Amino acid sequence: MPDMPETNTGADASGKIPVTVLTGYLGAGKTTLLNRILSEPHGKKFAVIVNEFGEVGIDNDLVVGADEEVFEMNNGCVCCTVRGDLIRIIDGLMKRKGGFDGIIVETTGLADPAPVAQTFFMDQDVQDRTRLDAVVTVVDAKWLTQRLKDAPEAHNQIAFADVLILNKTDLVTPEELAAVEAQVRAINPYARLHRTQNAKVAIDDVLGRNAFDLDRIMELEPDFLEEGHHAHHDSDIQSVAVTVDGDVDPDKFLPWLNDYAQREGANLLRSKGILAFRGEPKRFVFQGVHMMLDGDLQRDWRPDEKRTSKIVMIGRDLDREAIEKAFRACAV
Amino acid sequence: MTSAAPNATAAGAVTSLLDHVRPLDAGAHVTGAAFAGETAMLALGDGCVLLCDAAGERRVDAHPGGAVLAAVGAGDIFVTGGDDGRVVATQANGETRTISDEKGRWIDAVAASGGAIAWSCGKQVAARDAKGNVRRMEAPSSVRGIAFAPKGYRLGLAHYNGASLWFPNTDAAPEALFWKGSHLDACFSPDGRFFITSMQENMLHGWRLADKKDMRMSGYPAKPRSLSWSHDGLWMASSGADAAIIWPFEAKDGPMGKAPRECGVRPAKVTQVAFHPQALIIAIGYDDGAVMLVRLTDNSELMARMPAPGGPVTAMAWDAKGKRLVFGTADGAGGLLTLPV
Repeated sequence: MPDMPETNTGADASGKIPVTVLTGYLGAGKTTLLNRILSEPHGKKFAVIVNEFGEVGIDNDLVVGADEEVFEMNNGCVCCTVRGDLIRIIDGLMKRKGGFDGIIVETTGLADPAPVAQTFFMDQDVQDRTRLDAVVTVVDAKWLTQRLKDAPEAHNQIAFADVLILNKTDLVTPEELAAVEAQVRAINPYARLHRTQNAKVAIDDVLGRNAFDLDRIMELEPDFLEEGHHAHHDSDIQSVAVTVDGDVDPDKFLPWLNDYAQREGANLLRSKGILAFRGEPKRFVFQGVHMMLDGDLQRDWRPDEKRTSKIVMIGRDLDREAIEKAFRACAV
Repeated sequence: MTSAAPNATAAGAVTSLLDHVRPLDAGAHVTGAAFAGETAMLALGDGCVLLCDAAGERRVDAHPGGAVLAAVGAGDIFVTGGDDGRVVATQANGETRTISDEKGRWIDAVAASGGAIAWSCGKQVAARDAKGNVRRMEAPSSVRGIAFAPKGYRLGLAHYNGASLWFPNTDAAPEALFWKGSHLDACFSPDGRFFITSMQENMLHGWRLADKKDMRMSGYPAKPRSLSWSHDGLWMASSGADAAIIWPFEAKDGPMGKAPRECGVRPAKVTQVAFHPQALIIAIGYDDGAVMLVRLTDNSELMARMPAPGGPVTAMAWDAKGKRLVFGTADGAGGLLTLPV
């Protein structure tokens, strides 16, 4: 299992191809969204990795069929699953002349997003050439309540999202929409949420989100989070956010984070954080999927910016008190 | 040592091979290299094959609009598999013919031996014998590497959680070799005793075929994607570290319990290895674009290409006599080394 990198690798992946992962339960509108993205006059060239041929295809883009072959890494960790076909396809795409402005991976409706996301942490060649831009999850406003009862995948897909497309809003009443939105927010209060009909959303709201939209977690109001969390318990997934007003000690924080991810990795779906390390002019940014963590020092803290440290964990049966206590103990 | 390789005297006099390399402008990612007779060939990410001989260079559009994903030399032809779903044979005179068309499915791996050709797309594997008869099978999962056994019409297939050994001309179920994880490239030892795969987890795995005993060759900082056997079959070189890692196979147990040799240590990662076909000399390509020749007997080193723009060395091949070495890089640079006589 990989350890947290020592820090510092010149930040944000210049020259890496952004990858957008498109998830959503069957019939939610993934393919509609994909076709919408591709048919917009954006002048960009995408490679689209799909599971079923025939439904997608725009002249300028390359469509590749995938097999969704998930395998376990041979490292003794049961949640270290990756998409072998994705590694193979990205390897092949990088050989093509001219390259691509972006790669879009459409998963099947029943897919757990973890192996796709983990592929970008586990494979060095994939990591060297691409970066996971965002997980975009399309949610069916009319059927979500039902899905959350009968489909565990639907919970994970929402928990993993950086961008949530709450689709088919025309098929529900405003009250129903508010209820569905509250359900979604109870699982994942951090994703950007767009309400749509026919998956109609601006392309800039879906692509080019940049590194899982990490900055967004700093902007969220604590009140909103608390409210969102306590209002509904339709899912066993919850989120925990802890803010330390100021710097933390990296010699305490990094070992704790590594250890926590190793111990609780099976329950921990997503983790993110932006931290002010003592004596470090740059912001430390990390993100994780299950046990896998990836982080480095990025841009400088701006003079007008308040140095604060914040972590967010989304998962099952997370011990809120223990996380808070441990993180606060890292404060300087 | 044969006369084809630089002998002791020449190596004493020659301090570098840099002046003996003719640069090649491949213009696209080089995905494979081989010689067909006197003609050096590079398979490219723009679907072309670059031919290079005494008459000059020319380009053949073997996979129009596509990219070559896998390539292997097969005597007088160069076999390429593309993301256009085609398996194509290119001759030294530039003529091409389609061996198979898999209707747009990517050709992930190709192998060739004695007139027979094999390829895979996803789980589907096809073997075509020298007479043109094609037999097909479905592997348990996607096949990333194919190798022909040195004797008999038999294939080794690397896939998830192990490998399969398949006799295409029998209806018997393939023999399964299990080892958890994702197996990528495949090769047999020249004496047929061992089957080796490279793995996703930065290691090599081997099976001694007589008793299916497992061998793990680990400790690589990167995936060892390039494997090459010495002409005498006693050494197997691998990429994936800051030196060529060379495992001894002389003993009955192969490299089990033995430490590998490290040749050509440089502050760069080895991406390609290719043993000379007649002497204990190894060509090593690095991720900084450098190419170096190392003689195993005394560890003497000769640079053939200094670090240069153009990306990591991605393909390398000797001609049959070991007089020339062709190589190419990720960003379309390349070169043809002719050893000084």
